[in-house]
Amino acid sequence: MNRITYLLAHILLGVLAFLVFTRVAPGPLFSAFQLLFFILSITLIIWRGINIGWRNWAWLILLIPVVNVGFLLFAPSKERFPKRNFIEITPDRSTTVDDVRLVRWNLARNSVRTILLSVSILIAFLLFGVLVSFNVAITDVRTAPNRMVTLSKINFTESLPIAYFDRVLHTDGVLAATHMNWFGGYYQDQRRGFMAVFAVDPDSYLRVYQDDLHLTPQARETFLHERTALLVPRNIADRYHWRVGQHIPINSNIFTNGTNGSHVWDFTIAGIFETPDGNSQANSVLIRYDYFNDTITFGRDRIGWISFLTTSATVNDRVAHAIDTRFANSQDETSTQDAAAFNRSFAAQLGNIALVVTLVVGAAFAAILLIVGTTMALAVRERTKEVGVLKTLGFSSGRILRMVLGESMLLSLIGATLGLLAAAGVLYILSHLNGGGGGGFHLYPSVIGISAAIAIALGLVTGILPALSAYRMNIIEALGRR
Amino acid sequence: MTDLIRLTDVEKTYTRGKEKIAIFERLSMRIEQGDFLALMGPSGSGKTTLLNLLGGTDRATRGTIEFDGKRIDKLSEGQLTNWRAQNVGFIFQFYNLMPILTAAQNVELPLLLTNLSPKKRRENVATALNIVGLSDRARHKPREMSGGQQQRVAIARAIVADPKLLLCDEPTGDLDRTTADEVLGTLQLLNRDLGKTIVMVTHDAAAAKFAKRTLHLDKGHFVASELAA
Repeated sequence: MNRITYLLAHILLGVLAFLVFTRVAPGPLFSAFQLLFFILSITLIIWRGINIGWRNWAWLILLIPVVNVGFLLFAPSKERFPKRNFIEITPDRSTTVDDVRLVRWNLARNSVRTILLSVSILIAFLLFGVLVSFNVAITDVRTAPNRMVTLSKINFTESLPIAYFDRVLHTDGVLAATHMNWFGGYYQDQRRGFMAVFAVDPDSYLRVYQDDLHLTPQARETFLHERTALLVPRNIADRYHWRVGQHIPINSNIFTNGTNGSHVWDFTIAGIFETPDGNSQANSVLIRYDYFNDTITFGRDRIGWISFLTTSATVNDRVAHAIDTRFANSQDETSTQDAAAFNRSFAAQLGNIALVVTLVVGAAFAAILLIVGTTMALAVRERTKEVGVLKTLGFSSGRILRMVLGESMLLSLIGATLGLLAAAGVLYILSHLNGGGGGGFHLYPSVIGISAAIAIALGLVTGILPALSAYRMNIIEALGRR
Repeated sequence: MTDLIRLTDVEKTYTRGKEKIAIFERLSMRIEQGDFLALMGPSGSGKTTLLNLLGGTDRATRGTIEFDGKRIDKLSEGQLTNWRAQNVGFIFQFYNLMPILTAAQNVELPLLLTNLSPKKRRENVATALNIVGLSDRARHKPREMSGGQQQRVAIARAIVADPKLLLCDEPTGDLDRTTADEVLGTLQLLNRDLGKTIVMVTHDAAAAKFAKRTLHLDKGHFVASELAA
């Protein structure tokens, strides 16, 4: 998105916000919102690194007092916008009433309470969406069932002799193999420019991962023949506006470049590739092993791990056993496992994320359950007389139960939707903050599905007791008529 | 005139802790179709309990209650709810309107229990509000109306589904004399011109004068009966 469309989009949002907020909350609230909007815009511009120039900055900063003064001068009169609830309960007073509208209006009758409850549910679902998506992103990487990995038995940071590669390749049941080294790469900024850079053997890598990388024939050829060639995934190329043929310096926070004594290597982009959704290579930046191996100052002729394909997933266990037996009692013992298990053990280095997710999200939902449940019970208790009137008019107890449950469900779904939207935003920011190296962070459909189920369950659980109390409510007692 | 309501040997007792409190013992009465009956009596005489029994919001301990020749004391809870929706309109002392709804929407509530289309419901609401003289306040919420206007909205809500019986519990108890007379005039009009049978509980002798007859209750027994002059 270029800076003009970016600014236009913000102006459009501002106009929409003006239209919406002058309808529901004229006055100081609009000004506060507008200020927030401008702060957000400026933050986004700074964060995205868009250089809009000092003139535009001046215009933008000038716009804040101008618009506010303009609003105050031409503010609608109190008669046109009489004091009202933050959310107008019955926006169209000419409309007919029905059960769904009754549910909505009842929920909106105490707008402050509803907003606070929605925010607390929002926070729970924000936590859930972010943490579970994060967990899924690092543990549920899609790989072929016959893809396996051989690495040091000690842990994945220990390297193996390159001689192991040929031995693994010629093990019975191995179809194709390649080897990879962790480069510890980043672009420009060590914190924000982190990238998962791997030094790979081009020929064997492109064979083992031929179904994972969508690459042009020309990019393939260049990567096979140019020592300084670099392959980058689409998300990272887009992030840095890289194009094919561009020279890119990449730093390593592990290795030193023996040719210049620095931590910087120069590369030329040979191609930009795409991968299927959720693929293990979706964020991999690839450099050539020979260039890497010839220029590093230590750890030469060692490889990080060997990735290989078996002839069939059914022989995985036999092949793994054969490889690990072969290197048993050597100086570099190995551990061979399928790629999915490897990814999980890699994630486990970050700690027991599943446990953290369960504890944090569990605590959040337990708190929400108590808060929303108690508040809903209070809300129904406040309306005891109205429930009594509805029953007197002939509304069945079942219908009233459904209406109260509908209210708690609606509240829960509103909070969950807002929470998931916020989670999507946070995940978007997270995936861009680390330089695209973990660009797989997004809201997974499975997380949305589980969230919907939790939202419905939360709505039911928090609403069931007040709904049952309304169901059982005796008319005489509700109306105090004895 | 045929009987709309017939109570025969009705007993009603409440249990408070271990104590049983008898409100009625073998109470019998008849209310004719088109009657406008005022129930008077001191507090605790059983007026409101009688109104609850007539409206099916409470059940007799013993005895029979017939409405239009059918026994309502035998109906299940669900059947009684449906019967109430079709046959009885309620008017309370404190109006009991829903504050989040406009006058028209409050009046529309009983129609949600029918199969009428929104258009037809709107027409019926307009008619009911017109009868009570509040067409111009249809879009106002209860807090934007006076007590008398709110009570007239409650009357419109009670009549909108065209019930045969209107039960009024101290309908003017919260109103000044002039407004009370206006509300009572409306009830009289509904009785006289639309043939609604009305039973009204009141402490106010002036209000009772709007009725065709007055029954005095004391300790669960009718102690006096008066016909309007």
